[in-house]
Amino acid sequence: MFDKILIANRGEIACRVIKTARKMGIKTVAIYSDADKKALHVEMADEVVHIGPPPANQSYIVIDKVMSAIKETGAQAVHPGYGFLSENAKFAEALEAAEVAFIGPPKGAIEAMGDKITSKKIAQDADVSTVPGYMGLIENAEEAVKISNQIGYPVMIKASAGGGGKGMRIAWDDTEAREGFQSSKNEAANSFGDDRIFIEKFVTQPRHIEIQVLCDAHGNGIYLGERECSIQRRNQKVVEEAPSPFLDEATRKAMGEQAVALAKAVGYASAGTVEFIVDGDKNFYFLEMNTRLQVEHPVTELITGVDLVEQMIRIAAGEPLSITQDDVKLTGWAIENRLYAEDPYRNFLPSIGRLTRYRPPAEVAAGPMHEGGTWHGDAPVGETAVRNDTGVYEGGEISMYYDPMIAKLCTWGLTRDAAIEAMRVALDSFEVEGIGHNLPFVAAVMDHPKFISGDMTTAFIAEEYPDGFEGVTLPETDLRGVAAACTAMHRVSEIRRTQVSGRMDNHARRVGDNWVVNIQGESWPVTIAADPAGSTVSFEDGGTLRVSSDWTPGDQLAHLQVNCVPLVLKVDKIPGGFRIRSRGADLKVHVYSPRQAELAALMPEKLPPDTSKMLLCPMPGLIVKVDVEVGDEVQEGQALCTVEAMKMENILRAERKGIVSKINAGAGDSLAVDDVIMEFE
Amino acid sequence: MKDILSELEDRRATARLGGGERRIEAQHGRGKLTARERIDLLLDEASFEEFDMFVAHRCVDFGMEKQRPAGDGVVTGWGTINGRMVYVFSQDFTVFGGSLSETHAQKICKIMDMAMQNGAPVIGINDSGGARIQEGVASLAGYAEVFQRNIMASGVVPQISLVMGPCAGGAVYSPAMTDFIFMVKDSSYMFVTGPDVVKTVTNEVVTAEELGGAITHTKKSSVADGAFENDVEALAEVRRLVDFLPLSNREKPPVRPFFDEAKRVENSLDTLVPENPNTPYDMKELIVKLADEGDFYEIQEDYAKNIITGFVRLEGQTVGVVANQPMVLAGCLDIDSSRKAARFVRFCDAFEIPILTLVDVPGFLPGTSQEYGGVIKHGAKLLFAYGEATVPKVTVITRKAYGGAYDVMASKHLRGDFNYAWPTAEIAVMGAKGAVEIIHRADLGDADKIAAHTAEYEERFANPFVAAEKGFIDEVIFPHNTRMRVCRAFASLRNKKLQNPWKKHDNIPL
Repeated sequence: MFDKILIANRGEIACRVIKTARKMGIKTVAIYSDADKKALHVEMADEVVHIGPPPANQSYIVIDKVMSAIKETGAQAVHPGYGFLSENAKFAEALEAAEVAFIGPPKGAIEAMGDKITSKKIAQDADVSTVPGYMGLIENAEEAVKISNQIGYPVMIKASAGGGGKGMRIAWDDTEAREGFQSSKNEAANSFGDDRIFIEKFVTQPRHIEIQVLCDAHGNGIYLGERECSIQRRNQKVVEEAPSPFLDEATRKAMGEQAVALAKAVGYASAGTVEFIVDGDKNFYFLEMNTRLQVEHPVTELITGVDLVEQMIRIAAGEPLSITQDDVKLTGWAIENRLYAEDPYRNFLPSIGRLTRYRPPAEVAAGPMHEGGTWHGDAPVGETAVRNDTGVYEGGEISMYYDPMIAKLCTWGLTRDAAIEAMRVALDSFEVEGIGHNLPFVAAVMDHPKFISGDMTTAFIAEEYPDGFEGVTLPETDLRGVAAACTAMHRVSEIRRTQVSGRMDNHARRVGDNWVVNIQGESWPVTIAADPAGSTVSFEDGGTLRVSSDWTPGDQLAHLQVNCVPLVLKVDKIPGGFRIRSRGADLKVHVYSPRQAELAALMPEKLPPDTSKMLLCPMPGLIVKVDVEVGDEVQEGQALCTVEAMKMENILRAERKGIVSKINAGAGDSLAVDDVIMEFE
Repeated sequence: MKDILSELEDRRATARLGGGERRIEAQHGRGKLTARERIDLLLDEASFEEFDMFVAHRCVDFGMEKQRPAGDGVVTGWGTINGRMVYVFSQDFTVFGGSLSETHAQKICKIMDMAMQNGAPVIGINDSGGARIQEGVASLAGYAEVFQRNIMASGVVPQISLVMGPCAGGAVYSPAMTDFIFMVKDSSYMFVTGPDVVKTVTNEVVTAEELGGAITHTKKSSVADGAFENDVEALAEVRRLVDFLPLSNREKPPVRPFFDEAKRVENSLDTLVPENPNTPYDMKELIVKLADEGDFYEIQEDYAKNIITGFVRLEGQTVGVVANQPMVLAGCLDIDSSRKAARFVRFCDAFEIPILTLVDVPGFLPGTSQEYGGVIKHGAKLLFAYGEATVPKVTVITRKAYGGAYDVMASKHLRGDFNYAWPTAEIAVMGAKGAVEIIHRADLGDADKIAAHTAEYEERFANPFVAAEKGFIDEVIFPHNTRMRVCRAFASLRNKKLQNPWKKHDNIPL
């Protein structure tokens, strides 16, 4: 076994690899750029080597720099993580030349699977199911119909030179195939000057399901079940789970065996992933093979108990696999949510900056990883597992130079429902402040009926959130729970206020029992009766809720029990009330005295200003220049002004045509988020 | 006897109706509450005790003798806020538009006199069309009586003004002399002369909101200390402010139970100051992380944002915070920020509220507009305010403390009690670049030499240890321990006694 390995990566995956290396008694070397001086992986590693300026192409992916770090530290092997150099055959070659082990597959496998056409060819030769199609030239409509019938409807008729949906038709029968062929051909000729057409199977209700394989250098190969990654935003996976709620045992076995066959066909020896697209009838077709550790590998670890990084290291050290296919048991369910520094309310705009608060939920050990002894760290044991793979810390920085991932939050439960529920609670307890992030969005997905029923396709986000994410509206029962919780918290706060020094003797303020809770304009009159164990909140329109909690003023996370069901709320003060965040919802809650409520009802509702005719500053920054003047007519996409933030110049452009009516800021002004820079007529 | 009791009931009921149902409705229609409704929300439930409910005006001109509503357009009395006594007057816009008559003024004066005598704050709710024209000079005299009391009460009891409607002409000078002014967005305005006169005299066309609305006075003029969305929110937040304030200059600032650890460690503060000295960071994060329960009541949040002022509690006790904000104008001192902070420091000193100063200041803002505007005298106000303050003063330098601005920001030399610095602090006459260009003028043409000199200067002076060697810094502390250090410092100063020499009063460069 190796004594020392170098991790040619950063962030959470570097930390992840270090954890396993530590467990195995292997020393670790981290590399870091200028932007990562204070990064978590640097703190965790036994040795660190600085490898250059922040941009990855001047540091993390410069092979020479990594090689010299290896030389300097005498590392015997390199784990590449994912991304960066993980699927770079040249890097594998350089390591080979230097006689340093690559904790990944042989160079040949990387090359073979790195090319889409070659990999499909190899897959076909290995009897792996690929998307059926006819790559040759199709002469006329009748031939198109014949081929379509051979493939089986529905089919996709595509222009060879096509792109962006042009020259593309879906046909469900002979008539449509005939017409589609003709119109595609015409369109292709007009658009691209190339009327060559080909036909392939159109995959309906596509789901992204991938098989984890492990192969050693001695010809052994196994598969560790599948992961479903259908919930993606613009091809970026957001939610993954294992197993898939869609597969049956037979399909799983068929996919697994094909995946292993493919891996063996290229002499694979490491952990790898074979990605398939699966249609509504459980037909599956090979997409590509990823010759590295996947981001979403933890869900597989959580249901199998196999530490994939450990296996990779052992395989790289030449050990034969110690697990056979029969040893692989899938137990329970695991879900992963990727927390990204992307603001869901601003169309997932990356948000960089300082994590003023970062408190992930406490990890809990459970399931196969715990039982198999592959759990990292010393989390307490529970019924459901919570695992958080992260590379950041409170006070750390989300840098603009790298992937905006904050953490991978995973939960495991005996059933899918248990895993989802554990995830909801974990998300509610996850505190991230200082930057925009997608936590409310993934929380919304966890409560989405289609996700809950497991009925999703790769179009889930595009179909369910066509206009982007606009926040969550909680069902009435949940709002009542929040209302009861806020009443109890408000009462505690108000009682404390009456304990201030300098009071008149014998004329203390008595805090009342009757309150009116207002959440986003809706009011619930309630009465609270407190006792040493908690409080009972009775709603005037019927129903009572029992609330208990050890919340005290200032706690930003309230752990409550509402009718014996745990409820976790993020609590912030706003003028005259609370800001409550829960289950992806962001609520303004006011707990009024009855008199206050009566008078608050008289207050005019102030609609937020119509910002569609304004240019708002999207980030705190300095105006470098303003490109337009009052009275100018601007076109959609025209540059309006430049804001410098975090030393980056951001050009703000017109979203639509208009005439500039007012300019509120000039060069040199420093603005906050949402300050109005200019207005349009 | 029963008749007599019921007559009292009737008279009270009539008085409580003010200008009558129709006018109350009109008041609500403007998004405003009535004088009594406002008192209901300001004070603890059922704690209000009214004075002079039946006072009526004595004017007999212009047919005024035919209308003599009880109360005369202002509701006065006392009550409690969380059990602590406050005096309050609330102008009733439904009675003669809340206009101020001789008797109206007398009612206000009465509670102000009592407040001073009994040591309790005065909270004034302003909603008045101005002087009662029919009374002429008697009304003006009434204003002056109120003004005189505002002046006498200043520094004796806290005075808080809520402007919740019109406040124009001479009437503005009463709130102007109080400690804090809060306004309500869209339904309040303050100006000396209104839009019509402005148009006649200067030809400027401006709306009342633009001329003297809440946004104008919190962002541009700094007349107001805060703006709220509506009456309900404003009154709730004034209650919250009162929780921070002592009732008078005879008592210590209030203390209340707190749910926070004085020894709370904040590791994230170790990375608050960025590596690049020119990269800004948000000083509010430090304030919130130091404060008990993260509770910060900011004063003048929207004005001169390069300095932050407001109240926090440390171990339950109120502390005033003054902090440079590197996010805005690099946190420099200029005319506006000096004035803002100076007034805040003087308020704290007047009411025995200890002051925590957080320093990251590159110096005073250069430029003709600053010099022509008298930055010398305005900067001197802050210097003066800090120097004369006898309350406990604890200072933490997080990064830059350059030049004269270093001296100003509650330095050791201005009788700072505890002067801490983070290891990232740089206490120097100026930044390395500027210093090198002066000291090594001869080498200006040689970039390499200048770079070497700069590095040398940074090595020698860009740290807190030169100042610490001289005792100007009491201790260099770990950022993550700042809350504990600051809490202990203030705890040790609870019995601080310091007296300035006797004088009639000082002559601060106003």
